[in-house]
Amino acid sequence: SPPLYDHLFSCLSKENLIPCPHPSMVEKGTNLLRKMEINVVEAEKRTGKNTVNMQETYTVYLIETRPAETVPEGGTPATPDTLWRRYSEFELLRTYLLVTYPYIVIPPLPEKRVSDAYLEGKVKNLYKFKFVWHKLSADNLDPDFVERRRGGLENFLLRVASHSVLSNDEIFFHFLTEGWRERVLETGFQDKADSRLKSLSAMFRVKNPDKRFTALKHYCDELNTVISQLLRVRARVADRLYGVYKVHGNYGRVFSEWSAIEKEMGDGLQSAGHHMDTYAASIDDILEEEEHYADQLKEYLFYTDAVRSVCRKHELIQYELEMAAQDLTHKKQQKEELATGTVRVFSLKGMTSKLFGQESQEQRESRLAALEQSIQEGEEAVKEKNTECQEFVRTAWEDIERFKEQKDKDLREALISYAIMQISMCKKGIQVWSNAKECFNKM
Amino acid sequence: MSVGAPRGLASSGQKPITEILHPLSAAEEPLSPGPDVTVTVGGDKEVALTNGTPMETLSPASASSLFNRLQLDDDLEADGRDLYASMETRDLFVTVDDPKKHVSTMETYITYRVSTKTSRIEFDLPEYCVRRRYQDFDWLRIKLEDSQPTHLIPPLPEKFVMKGVVDRFSEEFVETRMKALDKFLKRVADHPVLSFNPHLNAFLTAKDLNKRQGLALLTKVGESVKHVAGGYKLRARPAEFCAMGEYLDTFSLKLGTIDRIAQRIIKEQSEYLTELREYGTVYSSWAGSEQELRRPLEGVAACVTTCCGALEELSDNMSQDFLPVLREYVLYVESMKNVLRKRDQSQAEYEGRLEAAVLRKQEDRTPIPMEVEKCQDKMECFNADLKADWERWQSNKRQDFKQLLTGMADKNINYYEKCQAAWESLITLLQDRQTEDKTSETN
Repeated sequence: SPPLYDHLFSCLSKENLIPCPHPSMVEKGTNLLRKMEINVVEAEKRTGKNTVNMQETYTVYLIETRPAETVPEGGTPATPDTLWRRYSEFELLRTYLLVTYPYIVIPPLPEKRVSDAYLEGKVKNLYKFKFVWHKLSADNLDPDFVERRRGGLENFLLRVASHSVLSNDEIFFHFLTEGWRERVLETGFQDKADSRLKSLSAMFRVKNPDKRFTALKHYCDELNTVISQLLRVRARVADRLYGVYKVHGNYGRVFSEWSAIEKEMGDGLQSAGHHMDTYAASIDDILEEEEHYADQLKEYLFYTDAVRSVCRKHELIQYELEMAAQDLTHKKQQKEELATGTVRVFSLKGMTSKLFGQESQEQRESRLAALEQSIQEGEEAVKEKNTECQEFVRTAWEDIERFKEQKDKDLREALISYAIMQISMCKKGIQVWSNAKECFNKM
Repeated sequence: MSVGAPRGLASSGQKPITEILHPLSAAEEPLSPGPDVTVTVGGDKEVALTNGTPMETLSPASASSLFNRLQLDDDLEADGRDLYASMETRDLFVTVDDPKKHVSTMETYITYRVSTKTSRIEFDLPEYCVRRRYQDFDWLRIKLEDSQPTHLIPPLPEKFVMKGVVDRFSEEFVETRMKALDKFLKRVADHPVLSFNPHLNAFLTAKDLNKRQGLALLTKVGESVKHVAGGYKLRARPAEFCAMGEYLDTFSLKLGTIDRIAQRIIKEQSEYLTELREYGTVYSSWAGSEQELRRPLEGVAACVTTCCGALEELSDNMSQDFLPVLREYVLYVESMKNVLRKRDQSQAEYEGRLEAAVLRKQEDRTPIPMEVEKCQDKMECFNADLKADWERWQSNKRQDFKQLLTGMADKNINYYEKCQAAWESLITLLQDRQTEDKTSETN
């Protein structure tokens, strides 16, 4: 079987339920990943004073890095460097990357808050089937949530580290090693972030966007909708399947009670009952593993936002170009009017001169000169903007192509791993029912 | 005067050889699994039964019972059916099939073909083929109950169905009912006493059943008039019959529980199926907006659809095959309880009469009337028949449930096998594409 399959299988067969690094990432072999191994290994609760001087509890994550060298047989790997970071720092890093590399599809972070759907799932299970009561916290300290997030954060770091452009970023390197905070603030990216936020939320109409970006945006909208839908339905399917399995557990009890009044049938019934209990219990692990698939889908759900971001940036630059071009045309018209004396375009100066009498030849010539200057500047601006636009389109599209390939590969692998999970579930089912059948035969 | 219960007493109808001195008509002895005859090495070849009785010392009567016993064990090793019917002496075969709808001005009803093959001399011809409707089966059952009050009559499927809730003419309902009628008739035909009942003969052979409408009005569950006479109170029920009663009470409770569990499973499966169907359609719609991923996604959608079909089949099986048999046994338990009650009556009557007769004898030396002896005979006959029927019923019950439960296990195994096959073929499909892509990449 191809090495891909084996890798996936080994990922799934470990009791390791966090998203493991995608093969495509490891294969990429960026300079950074060639030098360094990155893991987010732990999570811990901390308390401290926040910005408004109030006590708060938050979670920090331990980032471990070590030189990526092959360890000889029997040798011990080098001790890793470690540091703690909290979620808000990851957010800061991501914002920095967004602002600094607007033409790159920046990998998404895992969810910030415990979502309603996540809670809903837990409450439903509690009511319906009375399983072990988890401490239901509406905040981000819920242990399951923290664990899933840890995996998501590691995934984020590896995505960045495997990107040919992003992996070379200094700030990113310092995030992983030390002393990044001062450095990142030095870049002054905060101002850029603010203006970016403002511009992205602004409404504007672009006349001639690149058709590819328009199509891409449309595709992202569709993908976002369909993955959201898929995640919702999948959760409902899981909920129902849970019900089916758990009810079978009742057979265990009744067979046991029944076996007590039987002679020859007793043993067979009793043993079969145990298998029914096993069957009912097996669903917990099955669904836990399926969460891994849901996480893979979720990552791409969030990725659609990152792609839409790039499209939006293109529109913004294109809009600025169009505005600049429009402005230039306007000025040129003004100059023409001034030169020929006709008024086609409304201007305040023209209006006032109409009302208050012609201006002198001197005034006209100085105005013309000013306009000429302005036009020249305008032409420069348009040229610059045009270059910026073309450059953006070129580099963005390159990354988008890379992203598309990554997406196709990752999602296909996700589907394969999902199919493997289904097969494993079927095998378990066959095993249990075959065991039960053997017991029934002995009745 | 002895009040002991001799074995194998007179019951109505002819007795085949299988009934005389059956060593296993007592409840307690467990059946030995292997061949009874062992050969010891050395000395004279002493052939003996595993319980130590040497063969040579057996009388001819016991020899026949030995023969019976050996045959019995052989058959039990194989997939045994009814204790008696598994003997090579089976000479009456009945089948119920071929349902047909009849529409007349007065009513619409279903008839079934009842086919008989027999070598018994009680029947004029070796083969018969008649058409009967449910009413006719009901008539037969009532006749059997009346004429064989000491025997357990197998149950019929429910007589009344709520119009509007259940479609009496739907294929499923008719099929289920027909299977139950077939089972009823087979059980009667396999019974060593009931199968010789003249009413059964009429049922199987007569062109038109001459049912006297008066008797048909008697309800199934009502006590036969003969046994209610005197209103005697039972003082002490023998332990073995108490045990039977207790067993039946607990058993019917457990059956009820299993019925509820099975219904709940069907309900949960149906809800799961609904969600699963939607799940499949989401994958299909996603496939529409993809290129590279289109075939994998369509593949997943197809897999899910296959699983839906398999699940539907599983649920249908539970509804149509599992539940009806379960419910039939509930009816069977009720019948058995009824017979126990009648036995109690018979004992109460005897004891009542005996007490009265003894008192009179003490007073004026009147001898015990013949009636009392007849009562005793009746009671002892009842006890013997009941015990024999009980054993038969227990053995049938064991086989029936073994079959039922292994059937359920089989259906579940089939379901998982189908699903597994679907997912495995998907993986092959996905992986082929992957290796294709890989080779095209490296080229």
